[in-house]
Amino acid sequence: MYEFEHHKPATVADAVSAMKGADDGKLLAGGQTMIPTLKQRLASPSDLVDLGGIAELKGITVSGGTITIGAMTTHAAVADSADIKATLPALAELADHIGDAQVRNRGTIGGSVANNDPAADYPAACLALGATIHTSQRDISADDFFTGMFETALEEDEIITKVSFPVAKKAAYMKFPNPASRYALVGVFIADGPAGTRVAVTGAGQDGVFRVPEMESALSANFSADAVSGVKVSADDLNADIHASADYRAHLITVMAKRAVAKAG
Amino acid sequence: MATVSMTVNGKSVSGEVEPRTLLVQFIREQLHLTGTHVGCDTSQCGACVVHVDGDSVKSCTMLAVQADGAEVTTIEGLANGDTLHPMQEAFRDNHGLQCGFCTPGMVMSAVDLLKKNPKPSEGEIREWLEGNICRCTGYHNIVKAVQQAAQA
Amino acid sequence: MPDGTTGTGIGAAVKRVEDFRFLTGNGNYTDDINRPGQSYAYILRSPHAHARITSIDSSAAKAAAGVLAVFTGEDMQVGSLPCGWQIHSKDGSPMLEPEHPPLAKGKVRYVGDQVAVVIADTYSQAKDAAESIIVNYEVLPAAVSMSDALADKTLVHDDIGSNLCFDWEIGDEAAVDEAMSKAAHVTKIDLVNNRLVPNAMEPRAAIGEFDRATGEYTLYTTSQNPHVIRLLMGAFVLSIPEHKLRVVAPDVGGGFGSKIYHYAEEAIVTWAAPKVGRPIKWVADRSESFVSDAHGRDQINHAELALDANGKFLALKVQTQANMGAYLSTFAPCVPTYLSATLLAGTYTTPVIHANVKAVFTNTVPVDAYRGAGRPESTYLIERIVDQAARETGIDKVEIRRRNFIPADAFPYQTPVALQYDSGDYEATLSSATKIADVAGFAARKAEAASRGKLRGMGYSTYLEACGIAPSAVVGSLGARAGLYESAEVRVHPTGSVTVFTGTHSHGQGHETTFAQLVSDRLGLPMENIEISHGDTNKVQFGMGTYGSRSLAVGGEALIRAVDKIIDKAKKIAAHVLEASADDIEFKDGNFTVAGTDKSMAFGEVALTAYVPHNFPHDELEPGLDEKAFYDPANFTFPGGCHICEVEIDPETGVTEVIKFTAVDDVGRVINPMIVEGQVHGGVAQGIGQALLEYAAYDDSGQLVTGSYMDYTMPRADNFPKFDVATEGTLCTHNTLGVKGVGEVGAIGSPPAVINAVIDALWDRGVRDMSMPATSEKVWLALQAAE
Repeated sequence: MYEFEHHKPATVADAVSAMKGADDGKLLAGGQTMIPTLKQRLASPSDLVDLGGIAELKGITVSGGTITIGAMTTHAAVADSADIKATLPALAELADHIGDAQVRNRGTIGGSVANNDPAADYPAACLALGATIHTSQRDISADDFFTGMFETALEEDEIITKVSFPVAKKAAYMKFPNPASRYALVGVFIADGPAGTRVAVTGAGQDGVFRVPEMESALSANFSADAVSGVKVSADDLNADIHASADYRAHLITVMAKRAVAKAG
Repeated sequence: MATVSMTVNGKSVSGEVEPRTLLVQFIREQLHLTGTHVGCDTSQCGACVVHVDGDSVKSCTMLAVQADGAEVTTIEGLANGDTLHPMQEAFRDNHGLQCGFCTPGMVMSAVDLLKKNPKPSEGEIREWLEGNICRCTGYHNIVKAVQQAAQA
Repeated sequence: MPDGTTGTGIGAAVKRVEDFRFLTGNGNYTDDINRPGQSYAYILRSPHAHARITSIDSSAAKAAAGVLAVFTGEDMQVGSLPCGWQIHSKDGSPMLEPEHPPLAKGKVRYVGDQVAVVIADTYSQAKDAAESIIVNYEVLPAAVSMSDALADKTLVHDDIGSNLCFDWEIGDEAAVDEAMSKAAHVTKIDLVNNRLVPNAMEPRAAIGEFDRATGEYTLYTTSQNPHVIRLLMGAFVLSIPEHKLRVVAPDVGGGFGSKIYHYAEEAIVTWAAPKVGRPIKWVADRSESFVSDAHGRDQINHAELALDANGKFLALKVQTQANMGAYLSTFAPCVPTYLSATLLAGTYTTPVIHANVKAVFTNTVPVDAYRGAGRPESTYLIERIVDQAARETGIDKVEIRRRNFIPADAFPYQTPVALQYDSGDYEATLSSATKIADVAGFAARKAEAASRGKLRGMGYSTYLEACGIAPSAVVGSLGARAGLYESAEVRVHPTGSVTVFTGTHSHGQGHETTFAQLVSDRLGLPMENIEISHGDTNKVQFGMGTYGSRSLAVGGEALIRAVDKIIDKAKKIAAHVLEASADDIEFKDGNFTVAGTDKSMAFGEVALTAYVPHNFPHDELEPGLDEKAFYDPANFTFPGGCHICEVEIDPETGVTEVIKFTAVDDVGRVINPMIVEGQVHGGVAQGIGQALLEYAAYDDSGQLVTGSYMDYTMPRADNFPKFDVATEGTLCTHNTLGVKGVGEVGAIGSPPAVINAVIDALWDRGVRDMSMPATSEKVWLALQAAE
């Protein structure tokens, strides 16, 4: 790790100021991606602004058909939330399978969404459910938020404060993990809710999370596993690595979609 | 340099660290508690697992400054003198360790599991231990040990 | 076959002595040791698989904060890292043996090759400074695959003229060809034994120290054999005599072979310590381990098995290419030859066998022994081709094995490939495993799985291995440059407690418990009065270390012999005190008794007398009670057994799940069944890992693609079921204890059982072959191709 200055503001406003005051500041949320990145010397920020001391960024509320999760809420907290399990169990289950137990105890929804790792789980939930990402400056629809691999609509010094999800009638997430890293090789989130019938895929796309319109229209007409089992996804823009070719990923998208629909009921 | 203060195994400690110091480095190098190990550099092996404010975390993936003010328990803080914690006892009873290198992290992780899920199924134990890699035991006796501890 | 299950003697499942310290965080691994004034080394490694170093500018690094020194290959003019085994090619010429400098000179030959060392006050400073070293490389084409390397278009070592290290053979080729020509059927198979990264959980580490007052060097290192390191590094690399070099291998966090070898970093920190005037610590990051620990396996095999009309094996012919990597690691040349090809008879009566092994230099990490070392490769080959022969001839896969087993009454059995097996009963382990695995119920389980859309398969491996290496005379005649005996010292203290010094090293095997059980059993002493000491060349007289499942069969036997010398001496002391003849003294349950009388002395009284010899007849009886033994075995030992794997495959995703794994192993007498079972569990896990999950993948440019746990699939708890493990069988005939060895059987026997099960599961869908690791994509592709 290279040297850096550490800041621990108590409010979002102070965090924004700290970022503005830094040459090349980076935000530190749960650190489960940031710290490994720093350890491998793949990033060399001048300043690290630690969001761990900001009470307003934590917590889960469910009201009026919307689940709102503070950006610094850990995956473990989402997984264990009785409110989320009762209203949108698919989201709790997704959180319960991110990384491993220790990663879930530190990693946060804000960090995951802001990083937009192409193999992360939360982006699929955000896109499929039509989530809203609330920041220190504005509210951004998930549709507009994820702009490419590790790319988001966030501006410099803009901090995610919370993420809100409309509760869906039906939802399920199926993940096919990379056998080594356990990130999603392919993850498919299916939702039938206020944002419509949506199918969002993570892990597979060269540009990160994406929707599958052919599956969405098939499911809109007939919400059943059979409806998607025949829908093939093109391998053209999919990732390929030693763990899975683009063709295999394309195949797994259909299989995971089918299983997610069956699970959503 | 930054000053960090925390409670480690019930004792108040503080030290001067570079902000880039990892919690595991602070524990091993400044506190000389070498039971917490480092087995990888990609946050996967779990040899470094300790408890921070009651939850198991990977101390190689946390800065010492992030633990400022926290309550930390390491493997050295688990036994009561010569009386082993039931999880440690179960590992010994069931030959849940061989070379011993992954063991501190494995035990700390397993203790956290039973705190959150006192009667886990075998599948739940195996899934929870996803973040702890052991190369010696094939996990067979580790799983047995956790099952025994859950009965205790 | 435990003799008893209570107490602390042979056969008792005694809980481990070492566990308290490991469970409470009080282990003492190399990185836990900090020496006064210690500095830290960071090794700058090659980012290229093959390149000429045209210049190195380390001036900025030398001037950086905290830096004490920077050294390159030009600075470190020392001996070559030695190879401990010399193979001769079939034309009689010795293997090509290139120089292996600890820091590269002129050329780098694999990604990870050591280029420079930076020594600084802190590790971060050393690493920071290393980034300012400017190395100019002229990147050369890399010979990454063995087939590319054998074309000799790119030479890994220019000065030796070829990438073919040796071209070796064993067996009677003419007899094999003759048998092949008359066979009713010949089964042919092509196999790849996938390259693995050992991944002991403790990364390698070393601390070098020099005491100017005494001129003594000390090296603390993560080693399976500190005396071997002292010999190799002292005599061949740094020219330090043994009496001025102490090597300490403290608690070591797993080895699996990867910590046998003498590595560059050990020599670097030892050599540099007097130069910087401070102790120097080096600890590998895991990413560094991936490109600097010797890898394992990596063979390509073509095999042909000739059968008569009744399915009896007539001949086996094997051609192997074995990857050595860029340099010869300590034991590399013996792995594909004497540790592999000599095992090609397996458990079968195949009368003639011929094997040819071409060892190849490539621009990859050196390859050496990894748990099983050569024996998993031959076992995989035999058990795959036997299964395939069964399929091709229509003979049941169990029946074909039975027809060819060496019968239990045929021992000692001389194979056509040099080895003479002393004992075994392959039918016994097969029939036990068949019961435990519930083979009878498999058809119903397969049908039930099919009803869920899943494919079930069952696979067998009835294997044999040679371990307990080994007779020095035999290995010497085969090219070993060292003896392979073992030593022990038993020191009885005046109050009757005992310290045992063993030349073996425990890094997970539990010697502190098992060896204490042996002594407790033989001397009638409580375990707590016995301490096992190992790992320090200044304490232990000598040792060849722990690998090849040799600790108990060789080291344990040495210990028994030293204990027996203690008993002999103690009898003389008792005879003197009790005024009897030593021949009349009986030793039982810790007491020395004059036969037929009630005159008796307890072990502790004898011990005290030995050190308070007020009226000893000093011409006949020396004071003290301390005995040493060296033991050189008469033969290898030959564990064997039967592994049965049951898998279930999801045909939609290609994911294979191991549902049940049964291992019945004949490991000879069992000293501690708990530890034996643990060894089998771990070995089986590594074998399943090889079969389903693990491989070290290089890209065409020679970059290791699976260079971290993000890409190298380490088996985790959720990859396995619980294993069904049992021991059964025969005793070794040539050691006192009857022990054979258990460290490697799991890793040797299991991979073909898994792959045979996968093929069995896929057979009805038309799949006829599967390679390791059987990843989900590979299985899915095979199913697609078969449709």
